[in-house]
Amino acid sequence: MPVHDMEISGTEPRLSTARAQGLIACQRCGLVHPAGTEHCSRCGGPVRSRDPHSLQRVWAWLFAGIVVYIPANIYPMLRTATLLDKEESTIVGGAIELFHHGSYMVATVVFVASILIPIGKFIAIAYLALGVRKAVVMNAHQRHKLFEVVEFIGRWSMIDVFVVAILSALVQLGSVAIINPGIAAVSFALSVAFTMLSAQSLDPRLIWDADEEFK
Amino acid sequence: MLDGDKILIEGRALIACPQCDMLHFEPDIPEDHTATCIRCGQVLAAPRTNAYLRVLSLATTAVILMVGAVFFPFIELEAAGLHNTTSVIDAILAFSTGLMLPLSFAVAMLIVLIPVTRFAAIIYTVWPLVRNRKPFAGASEAFRLAEFLRPWSMAEIFIVGVSVALVKVAGLATVSFGPAFWAFAGLVVVTVLQDNSMCRYTIWKSLEQNRA
Repeated sequence: MPVHDMEISGTEPRLSTARAQGLIACQRCGLVHPAGTEHCSRCGGPVRSRDPHSLQRVWAWLFAGIVVYIPANIYPMLRTATLLDKEESTIVGGAIELFHHGSYMVATVVFVASILIPIGKFIAIAYLALGVRKAVVMNAHQRHKLFEVVEFIGRWSMIDVFVVAILSALVQLGSVAIINPGIAAVSFALSVAFTMLSAQSLDPRLIWDADEEFK
Repeated sequence: MLDGDKILIEGRALIACPQCDMLHFEPDIPEDHTATCIRCGQVLAAPRTNAYLRVLSLATTAVILMVGAVFFPFIELEAAGLHNTTSVIDAILAFSTGLMLPLSFAVAMLIVLIPVTRFAAIIYTVWPLVRNRKPFAGASEAFRLAEFLRPWSMAEIFIVGVSVALVKVAGLATVSFGPAFWAFAGLVVVTVLQDNSMCRYTIWKSLEQNRA
């Protein structure tokens, strides 16, 4: 059951943000401080109204994430050696192969998790960062939802790296089958980490700043 | 009106939504109720009955399960008379050859060291709060660390990764689970329960009040 107690001035419910009132809020514990405060008196962490370099860091990490995502797709993710042959498979190659073997379900999961979601995240973060400066189609509520989705999904992309780690540790059956990780695992892990850092650098309060007529 | 470092209006402190900066009166919420931001819907506070005791016991359980998960055998694979037992450490060491070594460190951090550090920091923070005592020295730093590490604690992602890997090898080999698998699966459940009963706002507030 939500409890609202929102009016900040007297009887008339007039809504306002900490920044609009010249105050600084702590993003960890919520406590509001007078302008000029540098450390939160409740949780002790640094506070600032807005991070002036937020967008700069978002773009820098995003760019880094996209750059390392390229070798992640060019180089092999898994190196498999069986009795009969040796093969190296890339992310896309692995998905196509699964598809040919008739594992449509797994092929779709791999394709969505390793290709659609990473690229979707790049686009979503770029869109959110652009939306801070320019008017875009989605309103603040929708962009805030998008940001929550990106933050939630971001970590889950690391699953590919773990799958490679488990397969490589597990499938070490001498001459029958051996799976070893490929170098793409490293760049894929970096890409996931950089994209997470990019999303974390985006101060969500910036998404709302343009939306000052409170609905 | 100013009271030290706090803004007071009609004797009540103000907080702002961490997501959208909207100002609210510091909520005085009965246990098992949830306060959400009026603008963006973010949960601002959700105190639960006996939350500290629950968080403390779940975090302690998680640490114990993690010890089991790391040291017991995890999964056993059998095909054509050959078999191979894998532990979590083997999964971490999968990348330990040549250029990929740093990835081994990263995986060790993500699935074992960061989760354990986070649980330890939470235990350190919450321990005195259970008995309404003065927090330990550096409790704020410990809890800030726990919050900072939250997105990088990926034990639950690892266990889902195990399931995906098993689907991939299911056709060519027989797989059996060791005790570590169940410990790790239990760890994931415990982590989710713990995160759900932990209200960050209430912890910060208790740290502040009990410090005095």
